[in-house]
Amino acid sequence: MSYLAPPLLEMTGISKRFGDVAANDNVDFRLERGETVGLLGENGAGKTTLMNIAFGLYRADAGSIATNGQAANIASTADAMLCGIGMVHQHAHIVDRHTVLENVIAGMPGQRGLLAKTSALVRLEEIGKRYGLYLQPDRLGADLAIGEKQRLDIIRALFRKSRVLILDEPTSVLTPLESEGLFEAVRALAKDGMGIVLISHKLNDVRAITNRVVVMRRGKVVAELNNDGQLSNAHLATLMCGHEPDRVECQAPRLGETRLELRGTVLLDHRRVGHRAQPFDLSVASGEIVGIAGVSGNGQVSLAETIAGLRYAAAGTIRIGGRTFLPTGARIGPEDGIAYIPEDRIGAGFAGRLSLAENVAISRFRSLPFSRFGWLDRRAITQFAVGLIEQYDIRPPNPLARMTAFSGGNQQKAIVAREIAFSPRVLVIAQPTRGLDVAAVSFVHRQIMALKESGCAIIVISDDLEELFQLSHRLAVICDGSIVLDGSTNLLSVSQVGLAMSGSMEADSAR
Amino acid sequence: MRLHLIRRDASAKRDALASLFAVLVSLAIMAFLILLAGANPLTGFVVMFKAAFLGKIGITETLARSAPLLLTGLAAIVALKVKFWNLGAEGQLLVGAMAAAYVGTLTQLPGALLIPGMILASMVGGGLAAVFPAILKTRLNVNEVVSTLMLNFIILSLMIALLSGPWRDTVSNWPDSPDILPDAEWPTFWRGTRLHLGVVLAVLSALFVALFLRRSTFGLCMDIVGDNPVAAAHARIDVRRTVLIAALLSGAFAGLAGGGEVGGIQYQVMTSISSGYGYAGLIVAMLARLSPLAAIPSALFLASVMTGSDEMSRQLGVPSFLADAVQGITLLAVLICSQFARYKVHVSWTSHGRAR
Repeated sequence: MSYLAPPLLEMTGISKRFGDVAANDNVDFRLERGETVGLLGENGAGKTTLMNIAFGLYRADAGSIATNGQAANIASTADAMLCGIGMVHQHAHIVDRHTVLENVIAGMPGQRGLLAKTSALVRLEEIGKRYGLYLQPDRLGADLAIGEKQRLDIIRALFRKSRVLILDEPTSVLTPLESEGLFEAVRALAKDGMGIVLISHKLNDVRAITNRVVVMRRGKVVAELNNDGQLSNAHLATLMCGHEPDRVECQAPRLGETRLELRGTVLLDHRRVGHRAQPFDLSVASGEIVGIAGVSGNGQVSLAETIAGLRYAAAGTIRIGGRTFLPTGARIGPEDGIAYIPEDRIGAGFAGRLSLAENVAISRFRSLPFSRFGWLDRRAITQFAVGLIEQYDIRPPNPLARMTAFSGGNQQKAIVAREIAFSPRVLVIAQPTRGLDVAAVSFVHRQIMALKESGCAIIVISDDLEELFQLSHRLAVICDGSIVLDGSTNLLSVSQVGLAMSGSMEADSAR
Repeated sequence: MRLHLIRRDASAKRDALASLFAVLVSLAIMAFLILLAGANPLTGFVVMFKAAFLGKIGITETLARSAPLLLTGLAAIVALKVKFWNLGAEGQLLVGAMAAAYVGTLTQLPGALLIPGMILASMVGGGLAAVFPAILKTRLNVNEVVSTLMLNFIILSLMIALLSGPWRDTVSNWPDSPDILPDAEWPTFWRGTRLHLGVVLAVLSALFVALFLRRSTFGLCMDIVGDNPVAAAHARIDVRRTVLIAALLSGAFAGLAGGGEVGGIQYQVMTSISSGYGYAGLIVAMLARLSPLAAIPSALFLASVMTGSDEMSRQLGVPSFLADAVQGITLLAVLICSQFARYKVHVSWTSHGRAR
């Protein structure tokens, strides 16, 4: 690392307000060549805002930006790219109908009016070799798994000769193996003299890969630490939240009767075409938490939606609440005591333009006490929302505010609150803590534990193995649309689970 | 120089201002057009205002014209709530008009049932004409923008075929349908004017839609489906059914507009029965920013431009097509002004990227 060269990115005195909230308050940030900086903070601490300013998505109210020691006026993402700044967002921005190659070169100048596909292929190959970031150029965006879409986003940034790469929560959608691959790539990029900013909640990731850690709280930088290998998660968490985060302890289960039972189930693949998987069984008892581990895209969504009654299975029976459901006919519904919190909260969890109150009543407003003879009792709906806001400390405490006006953590709180408000008998919760800060994670975990104590049968689907080991009594691994491993959490090792996730384990060997 | 659009928070007040501003902009452009046509814009506006709002005939004609505009505006609002782009209000209006004219000639019906029968028939006819493309959309994923729009021309051609042949009034030299029975003529509320039952029905419809969207469970279902159909499906709302019913409602209002033209104005169907009310409904809806109550003044505005420019063309020799031009200009002005309501425009004069 040469400190003689000017920093790749230097932000000075950055301030940005959204209404009454100071998202960034006089923030200084610096990124040197070959450096990987972790940007830590709770939800709403201002990390993403700061980086969005560097990437030209927002304009700062005050402050200046310099790249390579020269003042830069970044007013759009195009400006940012000219200055060599690339950003990869939590949700990848990919055109589904285009191929990998087309996605990469979209927006690039061509050669004499033609797309420069051949030279692009060469560069794609080169990036793949150099940093271990490779994707088949002719695959369609729609066919890529979430982790691959993210890789495509990174490749795209590199293709544009970015010198600064900003990664926003990159590992929240990745499996451990994929994360390791990403880290390898990040190390290679840093070695090449690039600067990398890693926005993350995952303390382990940040400690593993960064040279320096910048901690933000409420729009300000509260700490800047060199990662000398002495950093502890507890210390970082305290800096982020200002207090020790609560730990959820998994207590010995008091199991009751079986509440949910899948027999000989074959899932329809998530795209509803021919592919069929092996039949499997799965059961969950009252007071039990079963964790579903697996590489994303192996049928988790299909499993959750099948149990929630949003789609039929291809084969098999499902018993829930004393009723048996077949792959045709009646569907499982909320009246059977099922609650489902989907992984894609923005896409499937709520209607953003509508109010918080309307959204917490979204699946109940057609019955008493929220409506009578087809007419809404808006006061009852608002009061219900006010109750949830108080009980779960949703902020800002305004039931009539649009759902999009709330932060991701508060949206998730509202969805969790809504689903558990009517004491479900079975809860399916997917990626419960993805993208949440430490305080919100502990909130969600506490709610899950409390629900378990009250006898609910719970299925937690997560990409976060640590979370699954911490929460669940039993772990089931899903691979290729089928449960390939099912056992008590105490008897399973991480490596066993990891192997099963990658499909390299015989189905029944660990039972 | 570069322009940057910065998103602002939604604000009802700013939306209302945007619509008001759009009206002013379109009037200003209209003034320019009057000038081009060789008349004095100021005199033109005075003539228009007098014709549209002063005098018994003026005000009642404006009200009578605003009825179909309000109803097709409501049709657009209801459909757009579920993001069903119903551009077929024109055709649905024609079907409603034909259904009303048919029922209005039925001598078998007791006289007292004629008018309710016409109202019902026009709404059912219009509704069915809108449900057809909605079924195509929900079952076969056919884009409703194309299907509803094209259906207008199919319906118009079928109607002309009917009027030129089997349904032609034998005593008329024109392709008109037979006159409806005297008992089927809708009552007027002011002797010597065309202020007919349809005007009241239109206002009642606006009140009903406002209440329905805000207070009924189905209204909230429509809102959710329009905003996020996936979330709606997760909440066990039947998205297809919601879209179909919304389309039915939408078409019913457009059909009622046609029924009113037959029952209250023309007493028969002729090829020119609509004057483009179906298309103008979209402008009413946009100008009202999809609020059923705001659709009342916005329908009145368009209607007053229509009656006013007719009179202006008689008095000043300005082409009455100005009214059509103003409609189009208003739509564009609303769309542009609503962008200003949603986004703050930031102009920067300095060069960007690397400061050199």
